[in-house]
Amino acid sequence: MSHINDWDWNTGKKILADINQWRKQFGWVEEPYASPNGESVAAIVKVDEMSFSVCENGEAWDNSFDKIWFLRYGPDNRAAGLVSDTAMWTVAVSGEPWKNWFEFVWDAKFGIHEGHITTAAQKNMEYFAVTDDQPWENGFYNLSHLAASPSGRSAAAVVQTKPINEGDIAAFQKGCFTVAVNGSPWQHEFLNAWEISFDSEEKHVAAEVRMNLNDYTIVVDGQPWNQRFSSVWQPVFNPADGSVTAPVRVAGGWTMARNGEIIWNSRLLQLWHHIYSMNGSRIAAVASPKFGRWTLAIDDVPWALTFKDLVTDPVFSPDGRHAACAGKTDGKWTVAVDGIAWNEAYDMVWPPIFSPDGKNVAAKTEKNGIYRIIVNGQPIKIDFKTLWNPIFSPKGDKLLIRGVGTVEDEGKYIRIIMSLAETLK
Amino acid sequence: MKTPAEATDEQIIDRGIEDGAAKLTQDKVKRVVQKMLAAEGGARLKTYIETCAHCGLCSEACHFYISNDKDPAYSPAGKIKQTIGEIVKKRGNVSVDFIKTACEISFTECNLCRRCVMYCPFGIDAAYMMLFMRRICHKLGVVPQYIQDTAHSHSATLNQMWVKEDEWIDTLHWQEEEARDEIPGLRIPIEKEGADIFYSVIGPEPKFRAQLIYQAAVIMHAAGVDWTMPATPGWDNSDMCMYTGDVEMMARLKKVHFETAMRLKTKRIVMGECGHAFRSVHDVGNRYLGWKMAPLPVIHAIEFFYELLRDRKIRIKKKFQKPVTFHDPCNIVRGRGLHEKARYVIHQTCKAFIEMHPNREHNYCCSAGGGVINCGPPFRKKRVTGNRVKADQLEAVKAKGAEIVIAPCHNCHGGLEDIIKHYELGMELKFLGDIIYECMEKE
Repeated sequence: MSHINDWDWNTGKKILADINQWRKQFGWVEEPYASPNGESVAAIVKVDEMSFSVCENGEAWDNSFDKIWFLRYGPDNRAAGLVSDTAMWTVAVSGEPWKNWFEFVWDAKFGIHEGHITTAAQKNMEYFAVTDDQPWENGFYNLSHLAASPSGRSAAAVVQTKPINEGDIAAFQKGCFTVAVNGSPWQHEFLNAWEISFDSEEKHVAAEVRMNLNDYTIVVDGQPWNQRFSSVWQPVFNPADGSVTAPVRVAGGWTMARNGEIIWNSRLLQLWHHIYSMNGSRIAAVASPKFGRWTLAIDDVPWALTFKDLVTDPVFSPDGRHAACAGKTDGKWTVAVDGIAWNEAYDMVWPPIFSPDGKNVAAKTEKNGIYRIIVNGQPIKIDFKTLWNPIFSPKGDKLLIRGVGTVEDEGKYIRIIMSLAETLK
Repeated sequence: MKTPAEATDEQIIDRGIEDGAAKLTQDKVKRVVQKMLAAEGGARLKTYIETCAHCGLCSEACHFYISNDKDPAYSPAGKIKQTIGEIVKKRGNVSVDFIKTACEISFTECNLCRRCVMYCPFGIDAAYMMLFMRRICHKLGVVPQYIQDTAHSHSATLNQMWVKEDEWIDTLHWQEEEARDEIPGLRIPIEKEGADIFYSVIGPEPKFRAQLIYQAAVIMHAAGVDWTMPATPGWDNSDMCMYTGDVEMMARLKKVHFETAMRLKTKRIVMGECGHAFRSVHDVGNRYLGWKMAPLPVIHAIEFFYELLRDRKIRIKKKFQKPVTFHDPCNIVRGRGLHEKARYVIHQTCKAFIEMHPNREHNYCCSAGGGVINCGPPFRKKRVTGNRVKADQLEAVKAKGAEIVIAPCHNCHGGLEDIIKHYELGMELKFLGDIIYECMEKE
């Protein structure tokens, strides 16, 4: 397993591939993807009539397939794609297909830190998940909302356990859906189940459910909270004590509940996408304190800064002392850190990323078709045609930049390690 | 032309209404209604009810009223009086049978088309009143079977047609493959992060009208557009929950739709040719979630085609030859004012255009909208005979030479198709995308 400490953090620039050359070589080249460590770049290419492969750093995989889609790199820096051969589908990792083939595979997910891969699959009209080529023992009438545990070793999904005939609203309202964890369904069925979360130790699972047409709640390991709400959003486990929190809608608006009990005083127009600081002591969530205004609320206190259009991608610094998000007003995006927005606005902003010490924030941005990395509101003056999110070195003193260049580096995939001091000049 | 069907007064049995009502008592009705009036029946509802002067100016605006020989029971004010008006007056102390009747009126005798709003001297929004009645019906569990089933599909699959996730993606692959036979370099880019355009469609497209995805892909390809479609739920922009009164589910659907577009970091949503979905994404669902406008620009297909033709991104090889007329869909014309852009597209692509009358924001509804067609076969006859005036309108424009009716809305297609068939009008229906695909330079 590749670890971030083992990556090449020597400052400098490497040109690892010329994608324009690939276009001459293959004719058909789809959008490229870069590995987390930046050492590889890959794209789906056409190698023959009706035959596709993946070109990685200029070399096509040995195997080719009838079709490939959803090419992505895992955290272990291996490229994986969903591939088809004679109308059957599987996952291919670094060109090698899994042994098991299915009638369809989709929604591939990686563990956050390890290279385990889970995908949804269908065979003989049975639906299940497959983790590292190992299908669930049980199949279901349908499967959705697939979730992988933090390591990627476990998977859970919403599954349909009973058939529903067309128009049979009575059968539906008796409950035909539940959550299956590694193939084992919970005992109780619900009208609906949606977003699923694992706890950090991968022992517990929570999901949002609808009990009847009007009542929603959170279910943890198959047991619903006692309280009912007019709506709920995705639950999250506290990484410190294992309690479960979720935004819930009560009379007067949205607020936060823990294990069914309301814990915030605020009643907000909207509240969703809550996250915990690593030590579990703080909660941040995207909130709308009044109609048409959006912000981050931290521990029940919304920032004074609000955005008109959107707030997305909330994140805590590793020490939990700082929070950041992307925000948009009148069609222009920026990043806000601790309630203060960067001065510049962009056509698009990607999730802000804290350095390990929490002192610096970097984000990928796009303006007029040019991509740049911004650090603490200041641009690194290198333009890219395609760019991936920056990554801080483990000590936080350097930045890994991965992109496809412009001008003299036009079409070339570049990996740059830059000292933070240099970026801030 | 046939005369209107006589038998709309035959009793319609709908399992959703009957079975839902069987579980109710008058006491429960009163309790739920009073709770709803206290929680959601605020100033808007009271203002409308207290302001209505019963002047009757809304009546002539309603296709149900005109088509049912000006029976006052079908006038907008009459329908309000028979439903939410009575509920407010009696503070919810109404019978279970009353709820059944109010359910049928609010779900199947009003298309929420808002034509009457334009003729009301006070601007009273009858559609809001009917939706409030539907909201009460949802809370009571009394909703017509077919549209409730659609709402169930929305909740379980996050699309309207019980389309499973693999079926959706497989349809995109299939349409891409088909289109490559015609245009070898064509791609339907799935899950392409950072694309300019997130293209979303409604459930019936992968289910019944997959050729529309094919055509859209050809148009995108020819125009050189940077676009994508998702491989996850959120691809369907439609929303029957908006019409069943299940606003919580409407909110969930819109959240998934917008967040899918945001997850892919796209700059704007271009929607296929659908009216009600546009209403949900651009007006109702977004605002329920807390946005004043949509969180990223939402462009209906009409606006998109207008842009492509205006900017010469696509070129017309030869104009469509048969004479066409245009049906203005309520939600994107009265609701958004896209009528002139639609006419621009038609003039750019068609040789002969004949207006139907009335037109633009004064056009009559197709009688399918507002979820009425989604209430299914039990109410088809009532829906079609309740829109005889639309048949008259089409017959008049046919007499002037129109052979093709263009309607840039899926529900309008369903409604007009039934009207054309029932009244034996012999006209053909098309989407704008059909016309553009047929007439454009493809490479």
